[in-house]
Amino acid sequence: MSLAKITQVTGRGVHIPGDDIDTDRIIPARFMKCVTFDGLGEFAFADAKAAEKAAGRLHPLDDSRFDGATILISGSNFGCGSSREHAPQALYRYGFRAVIAESFAEIFFGNSTTLGIPCVKMSKQDIDDLSALIDKTPSALVTVDLTENKVTVDDVAFTAAISIPEQARKPLLEGRWDSIADLVDGLEDVKARVAAIPYLAAR
Amino acid sequence: MGKTLLDKVWEEHTVRTLPDGRTQLLIGTHLIHEVTSPQAFGMVRDLGLKVLYPHRTFATVDHIVPTDQAQEPFSDPLADAMVKELRKNCAETGVTFFDLPTGKQGIVHIVGPEQGITQPGTTIACGDSHTSTHGAFGAIAFGIGTSQVRDVLATQTMAIGKPKVRRINVDGKLAPGVYAKDVILHIIRKLGVNGGIGYAYEYGGSTFDAFTQEERMTVCNMSIEGGARVGYVNPDETTFEYLKGRPYSPQGAEWDKAVARWKAVASDKDAVYDDVVNFRAEEILPTVTWGITPGQAVFINESIPDPKDLPEKDRDTAAEAIEHMKLPAGTPVEGIKVDVAFLGSCTNGRLSDLQEVAKHLKGRKVDPTVKAIVVPGSQVVASIAEKMGLAEIFREAGFEWRGAGCSMCLGMNPDKLVGDQLSASSSNRNFKGRQGSPTGRTMLMSPLMVAAAALTGKVSDARKVFGIK
Repeated sequence: MSLAKITQVTGRGVHIPGDDIDTDRIIPARFMKCVTFDGLGEFAFADAKAAEKAAGRLHPLDDSRFDGATILISGSNFGCGSSREHAPQALYRYGFRAVIAESFAEIFFGNSTTLGIPCVKMSKQDIDDLSALIDKTPSALVTVDLTENKVTVDDVAFTAAISIPEQARKPLLEGRWDSIADLVDGLEDVKARVAAIPYLAAR
Repeated sequence: MGKTLLDKVWEEHTVRTLPDGRTQLLIGTHLIHEVTSPQAFGMVRDLGLKVLYPHRTFATVDHIVPTDQAQEPFSDPLADAMVKELRKNCAETGVTFFDLPTGKQGIVHIVGPEQGITQPGTTIACGDSHTSTHGAFGAIAFGIGTSQVRDVLATQTMAIGKPKVRRINVDGKLAPGVYAKDVILHIIRKLGVNGGIGYAYEYGGSTFDAFTQEERMTVCNMSIEGGARVGYVNPDETTFEYLKGRPYSPQGAEWDKAVARWKAVASDKDAVYDDVVNFRAEEILPTVTWGITPGQAVFINESIPDPKDLPEKDRDTAAEAIEHMKLPAGTPVEGIKVDVAFLGSCTNGRLSDLQEVAKHLKGRKVDPTVKAIVVPGSQVVASIAEKMGLAEIFREAGFEWRGAGCSMCLGMNPDKLVGDQLSASSSNRNFKGRQGSPTGRTMLMSPLMVAAAALTGKVSDARKVFGIK
């Protein structure tokens, strides 16, 4: 299995403000009644969008100024809650290729990395600045650069440091973000380990 | 230098270090359910792989099961298709399925322990974030995504970095009417919903020593709500006593050998932790959430905080919560009108939860304005509770007695809030829309507090309602 090397992601950004945006918010549970991930994209943030509409406000994903955005920007503890991979699957199918946030919940982070979606951390101040910039110029092209751990915005002098654990950055850069091939390579070692652990060796 | 249980289990289950630095970790026990497994089976097939150790994966069906309909086909064709898909996948691969007709079906985190599948010193993974529940036995148990379910099916391993360990001590005696649920809600309130990111939580101290096995499960269950993917308690006599004689527990001479191994896997006295936090049991009161994250919680005698009185980082989420909950800052939580009372879930749907409530409920009636449902966590729990006469007590009080499943915890089955109903819930998440209605409102609390709310029609101090002193 050959995977793309993900060194940088460039695209328009959209800011979905708020901390602790959970995976139920990203994809409400009723849309998980499915046996494939196809078609989840259109339901990303479905209830959040409806709630904003009902309150007479516009959810960023309903704001045509941000149509076609591929980089999602949010607050701290993004993706908390349920382990549902349906959440990053929905974001990917919606068109997102990278997420910038103050911090990420662990299971969401791992699920996203496995799908080749870099989740990078940025300081609150830089996120505020980047969001303001995008709000002013929605067409601005944002680049998440994993080789140099920075985010830059074309045409304006915006540069901000990002961080991503090496255990995610490295596989993204090397095109090994889906670990199944590496795991299968270790099958002989797996069998040896199973034979050495009493509760697994006994049948 | 001593080792933690996590160190020991990790070491024993490490297959190798992967090129990216993560561990290829052997997963001894794999639990699956209908929602996060069908795609994984499909991926295994598409890759030309097979299920490596089918006898180490155990399946049940819980999220989508209607709790008011025992007969298939289910009225929801999507739910029906998901059960059939799991049945087919298990039959094709040889995975054990605690299916609906077996009498052993239930919420995966209740079935594993009650069957004796969950054991100390093991690694457990399941495509569900509340897999941390199994840590109550001294297992290292992770919630995983569907691609990792695929990985575990095909290789019995997954790629994961070793977490740090935070020791959380709770010492002292809980006051009457204060429960394990209050302990974990308090811990999350104090350490934050993201405080556990990067950590496994090791719970201990005299309060935990005194807890029953099921109380430990309630705490470990909600570790993930504090950001910790893994939470565990060191195994002890309470654990062994719980496991003895269960269907999948070691038998005969194997039992003694297993207990010896289980004792050895506990953290050493001189184990070194990355962080240590201490709580006193006496300081914890009945706790309820008022917002949209499990960390937005107060004691029953407190009021909904004013966002401007909170630390700056918490203000926006608090304001958002107040808008969603339609409860202004300053509202005392005691007295908030409740529409639905939900007793169940992988957090509090065990026999001991039902027993504790039934003990106090006898002879009382649910407020006529409240829809109250009690959902046993498994068919085994339901069957025992019925034999013990608990079901009858609940029915007489005006609760609907349902079949086993996840029910109103998550809105994937017919049990859902309607509109902006407010639910007093013994479950684990109060996220916006979590209980099936986008505008629905959830207040998390202990099972007895749910019962108190059901009887009075409002959030109430169970100690007053039931005369607990």
